[in-house]
Amino acid sequence: MAHAATHDHHDHHGAPKGFFQRWVMSTNHKDIGTLYLIFSLTMFFIGGAFAMVIRAELFKPGMQLVQPYFFNEMTTMHALVMIFGAIMPSFVGLANWMIPLMVGAPDMALPRMNNLSFWIMPFAFILLLSTLFMPGGGPAGGWTMYPPLSLQGESIAYTIFAVHLMGISSIMGAINIIATILNMRAPGMDLLKMPVFVWSWLITAFLLIAVMPVLAGAVTMLLTDKYFHTNFFNAAGGGDPVLFQHIFWFFGHPEVYIMILPAFGIISEIIPTFARKPIFGYRAMVFAIASIAFLSFIVWAHHMFAVGLPMGAEIFFMYATMLIAVPTGVKVFNWVSTMWGGSMTFETPMLFSIAFVILFTIGGFSGLMLALAPADFQYHDTYFVVAHFHYVLVTGAAFSIMAAAYYWIPKWSGNMYSETWGKIHFWSSVISVNVLFFPQHFLGLAGMPRRIPDYNVAFANFNMISSIGGFWFGASQLIFLGVVIHCVFFSKKKAADRSWEGAKGLEWTVPSPAPFHTFDVPPVIHDDELAHGNTEH
Amino acid sequence: MGHQQQDVYFVPSKSYWPIVAAVSMFVTVFGAAHWLNAQPGEGGFGKPLFWVGIAMILGMFFGWFRSVINESLAGNYNGQVDRSFRMGMMWFIFSEVMFFGAFFGALFYARLFAVPWLGGEGHGVLTHQFVWQGYEAAWGASGGGGPEKIGGSFQTIPAWGLPLLNTLILLSSGVTITIAHHALKAGHRKTLLIGLGATVLLGCLFLWFQAHEYAEAYEHFNLTLGSGVYGATFFMLTGFHGMHVTLGTIMLAIIWVRCAKGHFSKDDHFGFEAVAWYWHFVDVVWLALFLFVYVL
Ligand code: HEM
Ligand SMILES: [Cu+2]
Repeated sequence: MAHAATHDHHDHHGAPKGFFQRWVMSTNHKDIGTLYLIFSLTMFFIGGAFAMVIRAELFKPGMQLVQPYFFNEMTTMHALVMIFGAIMPSFVGLANWMIPLMVGAPDMALPRMNNLSFWIMPFAFILLLSTLFMPGGGPAGGWTMYPPLSLQGESIAYTIFAVHLMGISSIMGAINIIATILNMRAPGMDLLKMPVFVWSWLITAFLLIAVMPVLAGAVTMLLTDKYFHTNFFNAAGGGDPVLFQHIFWFFGHPEVYIMILPAFGIISEIIPTFARKPIFGYRAMVFAIASIAFLSFIVWAHHMFAVGLPMGAEIFFMYATMLIAVPTGVKVFNWVSTMWGGSMTFETPMLFSIAFVILFTIGGFSGLMLALAPADFQYHDTYFVVAHFHYVLVTGAAFSIMAAAYYWIPKWSGNMYSETWGKIHFWSSVISVNVLFFPQHFLGLAGMPRRIPDYNVAFANFNMISSIGGFWFGASQLIFLGVVIHCVFFSKKKAADRSWEGAKGLEWTVPSPAPFHTFDVPPVIHDDELAHGNTEH
Repeated sequence: MGHQQQDVYFVPSKSYWPIVAAVSMFVTVFGAAHWLNAQPGEGGFGKPLFWVGIAMILGMFFGWFRSVINESLAGNYNGQVDRSFRMGMMWFIFSEVMFFGAFFGALFYARLFAVPWLGGEGHGVLTHQFVWQGYEAAWGASGGGGPEKIGGSFQTIPAWGLPLLNTLILLSSGVTITIAHHALKAGHRKTLLIGLGATVLLGCLFLWFQAHEYAEAYEHFNLTLGSGVYGATFFMLTGFHGMHVTLGTIMLAIIWVRCAKGHFSKDDHFGFEAVAWYWHFVDVVWLALFLFVYVL
């Protein structure tokens, strides 16, 4: 029966032989997922190198190592590379690998478009990074690209086109994910039986399709303002630079949820496994994700409290923003309740997940502080904001990705990673990341502005501590690289099909490593095999 | 194997078109960025590179779609694949809606907030006293030397001339394509070809009038891309819409050829439907444009 699948040609089983055929012409969700993961890990280290430059310059007050313009290039590039190159593609890679396995599909719904989505990315980043080597230098006006500052210099054209390419890639990837989830589920895999990770990606994909085109519109207006005499953002022509901020943040706030909802999904898979209990409040988890996604469309101006909005807008956006804390609180509550009374073990993925719950919550709380419009007049554009978004993005999004890597790498590679080194990586990361970012709260509250290469000597101590944490955190990630390489190529410990004792879900019913083609025929779904099968109770 | 839908899956074979597409896009935008930054009169490789990229993209579309059409004709695609394609097209159109949404948002913001504020409304900006003395905010040409004079004073296109005609043209093209669709489902080949052919012609007519209107705007009304935020929103909205009509017309023409070749059957004609959806989408965008850009 397994041969009944109608593959086009005779490549039923096993990967194609040639390197080019296998990796460049691929239509296989696992190979494309692997490509995404390798790409994003590479970008993580490139973006990380930029961050090291930033922290080295800020180690002491006064100009230390680099020119101010280069410093600004580093902050801009660091953010663009991390957001669009590291976090987003790694979630797409995880979606590629896991969603078909989790819903019992043979592959993504549109496998060739899937391959295109991936292959656009390296080119987009060649385009973006190449500007660093151009005579005029790279973009230095911040990742938010506010005009008129961002329109200085020639690199903006390359940056804009790179953003266009990334947008096209994301939209196609998202369309693919939606079509896969809605159309490729095995019979019996009802929507409300899907793993939370799949749900989180369904909603994230919707957000992506809704807001990436808006970003494309915003940067297109930048392009025509710079090169074709339009006046969208030029007050002398009746436009308004603040208009850009509105359009950008209409994209930008949903974008931050694009980077955290899949993380919520991952954590909701891992905690039940190691607490050996089904997720607490499955439906509440799903509805919380959906309501966060909805709210994310009506809070964008909390990034603009200080630009001089009308009073009514300040108040509306302040309250709408604070509302998000409610569904977010539901999620945190449910993760904790899932652990409550569970028989827990603390393997590396679980450690990262618990750290996620605690540290992401800190980031959420600082977000709430920022959401208070009058208080934000003080915090805006200070290191407090930097601390906030690094808690949600590094100890939130990035930690969840690492948790996912440890959790699923046995399925991907067929080998177990070294638990000892995984734990060393975890403890080293979790301590250093707090040394790195916690002092930035104090710096921000004391008034240190962000995106500045030099600062008042009053800020010296905390900056030095932060930089030490930064180098330490950066070095810790080399351990991660080592663990991954060791696991994939050298580990002698074979992984069981069900690599974790408490793991449930379809992905654990296929062999480890997952064969090139899985589910040639739709699998039969048994409710007790599903992590959240008993949703009625 | 179209009838076996749920019990087997279809996974398409490897393909080199995705990588060709990625490379072509890269060549195009790299060329474009370089071209944009070229000094006036300077040669440079940007321009030729851009056109090479465009040619590669066209070739890629041709090749990729040809292979998909061949696979479809060979009966490789089952009902599930068909549904995936449909979802893909629907969500693609949704993304396009959001793209236009950004420009409509800019239009509304400029009209409702930015320009009135420059005229002194709201929180007391003094631009109407110091920068443009006596400026009273108005959308479009205000007569008084306000911000719109940045590109030289201009006039706006009256809604009830060419734009109205174009509205009627697009609306009737919506009717003709629906007639064609019904004919396809009923198996009336001749009506199908005539209806679809009429749609293509109406699309071309629309574009011709649109070009005419642009020429008019530039030559007689001094309305250009640089005519303040009015010119920017006017040309970017109508321009992007025009690009979509162009694309839609080309796709319709291709579908016409495919209909003539008998590629579609009564109950298997996703290609036709996808383009029809797209055409309706372009139609609806135009209605919004007509209302908010021309009439109001
Ligand atoms: C309870 C939830 C959250 C609230 C109330 C919140 C609130 C805010 C506010 C008010 C700001 C603007 C601060 C300023 O510029 O003065 C901000 C900035 C930011 N937030 Fe959040 N946030 C939340 C969650 C998140 C999450 C989950 C992420 C990402 C995963 C995130 C990422 C960011 C980023 C990247 C910025 C800075 C953008 C920039 O200016 O470059 N936030 N947040
Ligand atoms: Cu936000």
